[in-house]
Amino acid sequence: MSTTAADLDSRFAALAHPARRAILARLKKGEATVTELARPFAMSQPAITKHLRVLENAGLIERGRDAQRRPCRLQPNAIKDVAEWAESYREFWEQSYDRLEEYLEEMKAKQKKERRKNDRKKR
Amino acid sequence: MTARSGELTVTTPSDREIVMTRELNAPRELVFQAHTSCEHMSRWWGPRKYEFAKCEIDFREGGQWRIVHRGPDGEEYAFRGEYREIVPPERIVWTFEFEGFPGAISVETLTLEERDGKTFLTAKSMYDTVEQRDQMLQSGMEEGAAETFERLDEYLQELASAS
Repeated sequence: MSTTAADLDSRFAALAHPARRAILARLKKGEATVTELARPFAMSQPAITKHLRVLENAGLIERGRDAQRRPCRLQPNAIKDVAEWAESYREFWEQSYDRLEEYLEEMKAKQKKERRKNDRKKR
Repeated sequence: MTARSGELTVTTPSDREIVMTRELNAPRELVFQAHTSCEHMSRWWGPRKYEFAKCEIDFREGGQWRIVHRGPDGEEYAFRGEYREIVPPERIVWTFEFEGFPGAISVETLTLEERDGKTFLTAKSMYDTVEQRDQMLQSGMEEGAAETFERLDEYLQELASAS
């Protein structure tokens, strides 16, 4: 199954809320029910349920069939798509700034040398 | 032999933005200067495995820039844009467009702050519309950086700690 731009869009929109990111971080440790998820968040169950619906519609989590508990779990493939994109972006800039840092060392050395040369000229 | 003084952080404060921060061990005049010409940019912009095949930089407000990267497979990737605001040595605003996806233009704002001889760099990318951002997302995905679950793990940690 391929990921469309619209899929990714809804995933990023779902990730844009801090409470939903916290829920995902919690689900990384394993599946949980709404009650279990609500506990550490000082949030009402209806509020949590609303966030869960956004995450579910974005395909980031799935919920069990069991009518009573309906445990939530991560949908690893969906999150992988988001992480994959974020990784290629990060890789580009991480390497760029590492290289910039090296280049700055060179620039600093050159600047020092020129300053010394100018000081000598002044004397 | 890298002299890394800071880690890169990447956050998505809204669905149209990407913000990166990084600390660099140099005064901001130098960091600013490193952004101003092809001679400087070709030494660091982009991953190591890419070289500059072409570069034109007209570093003034309203001036155009264009960089063509060449990958190890000989494949070329061209980027272009325009400088909108230049405030030495603290701020540069320019537009960024990947020619592979024409029309998906983002506005990049680079802010440099200096503290104790070190520079705190903040780079913000703002996309015009959701559609344009999506194109960029897709291009990022096609590049297909190898990912592992450990990285996913790190990414989620980051998302959690950013909240």
